[in-house]
Amino acid sequence: MASVLLSAKGIKIRFGGVVAADGIDLDVLEGENLAIIGPNGAGKTTFLNISTGYLRPQAGSISFLGQEITAQLPRTITKLGIARAFQIPQLFLDQTVMENMLIAAASRLGSPSGFTALSALPELPEMERLLDLVGVKSYASRKARELPEGQRKLVDIALALALKPRLLLMDEPTSGVASAEKLEIMDILTSALAKEKVTSVFVEHDMDMVERYAHRVAVWNVGKIQKVGTPAEVLADPKVREQVIGI
Amino acid sequence: MSGRIKPVTAVAIIFFLVSAVAPLFVSSWATLFALILAKGIVVLGIILLLQAGQVSFGHAMFFATGAYTAAFWGKYVGGGDIVLFIALGGITSAVFGLIVGLFVVRYREIFFGMLNLAFSMVLWSLLEKMFHYTNGADGIRVPRPALLGLSFTPETFQYVILYVSLLAAVVAFYGVQRYLESPLGHMLRAIKSNETRLEYLGTSARRVLLIGYMISAFLGGIGGALVAIIQQIATPEFGFWTKSGEFVFIAILGGSAHAFGAFAGAAMFECVRFYAAAHLADTWQLILGVVLIVIILYAPNGLIGLRQRYGQAKQGGH
Repeated sequence: MASVLLSAKGIKIRFGGVVAADGIDLDVLEGENLAIIGPNGAGKTTFLNISTGYLRPQAGSISFLGQEITAQLPRTITKLGIARAFQIPQLFLDQTVMENMLIAAASRLGSPSGFTALSALPELPEMERLLDLVGVKSYASRKARELPEGQRKLVDIALALALKPRLLLMDEPTSGVASAEKLEIMDILTSALAKEKVTSVFVEHDMDMVERYAHRVAVWNVGKIQKVGTPAEVLADPKVREQVIGI
Repeated sequence: MSGRIKPVTAVAIIFFLVSAVAPLFVSSWATLFALILAKGIVVLGIILLLQAGQVSFGHAMFFATGAYTAAFWGKYVGGGDIVLFIALGGITSAVFGLIVGLFVVRYREIFFGMLNLAFSMVLWSLLEKMFHYTNGADGIRVPRPALLGLSFTPETFQYVILYVSLLAAVVAFYGVQRYLESPLGHMLRAIKSNETRLEYLGTSARRVLLIGYMISAFLGGIGGALVAIIQQIATPEFGFWTKSGEFVFIAILGGSAHAFGAFAGAAMFECVRFYAAAHLADTWQLILGVVLIVIILYAPNGLIGLRQRYGQAKQGGH
């Protein structure tokens, strides 16, 4: 059996009257692609925010590779090997795609230089390879601002991969992407993840995507995990079909 | 990047050459150019912070720190050397920058600007009120220092300080250029566009800004020490908020997209002041005000942005 990478136990958080996490227990296994599904407001993004240190849970704990990471700073957690891709791509818009990537590489290496040029980093070919892997190499010398949304999303994921994470958390990797391109992007993405041996957790609304690309699915509902299982098991559950998928 | 020299670098080289040669023909230009270069060094610091999207309305505190370091040395230790003054001015300012920086880098935009202003006004008050040590508003005279042990007559000295300023300016310009192209410099720019992402890459934005802030303070100190030597005095006015405003003004005038903007702006500013003050006495500020309005309306990227704008217009015409 695969080892546990990330483990959440009894996570609770509420914002005023809204319960966003009400005792979340979840193990993410090494090497899997775990999909998180659930209606809007169920607390899916909140879970990602807690896992990356952006939010501090009111109760419960979260550990990564056996190390307690509850309420650590995002940058500390990043250094441990958890990278994040955002629902709305978070790029350095005034810099080129390659510069974005090299900033990530310099961040990972630590103690960045103030004198030698960014473009002289030995990581450049590796960053080129990653851009190629997610299919946006042709945009390398363009300002991030000039890219269409779908491409920005891919660069956002490439930035996360540049950190050489063990675990990648993605918030709706295909939202804002035209449905015709969704499959293509997810194909690129999952093969890239497999190649880089990165475990992933992704929030997704599109059940076709979940069925195709997830190894396991966790169903969120009002701050609780309603069901965890293989896509086939979960999608066959009448309660999940009724409450989450709406059929 | 190709090995071709960018137009703005070419203009910078021409500017530095002119500053070296022109004062040989018109001796009153020696001091004018020395002042332009010294202030340009301070404004480089403002331009650094602008890369991170932050405007300091209190940067004159570092300018004053550099100037008073030279002045205190003259007053309490005696003698002194240009190289020593510049080095000490820079270092003292950088240390002061570290202390102030630890507080201000927690804030952004208007709060960053205002907190800087507050710190600078505290320093100004101290310089003004601690009469016993600082001579209050009269300031402290800075006797003409030696250079590496050599003393000079006033006539020669104005050229000595010009060339020292030129050397310091060239080194600072080159250093800042390298810094802005480096990983740290790119991270500084990243603070302006997406601080959240920077943190999620594992980098502390505050730390990046603090390093930039210290470098900026260091440059302010060097410029301050130079101006104190050039004008042979340090007064509390060096740290007053209008002085901070002047540096921001020069940065906007010159343009913050490139390190050379600092020198382009300083040249324009000091030349207008030099000539308008001679011909229009008390109304030179009016001229500068009009110049700034014209710049903001017609060249929002400053003097160095003009070429780009003009170049684009020409391209469109073809």
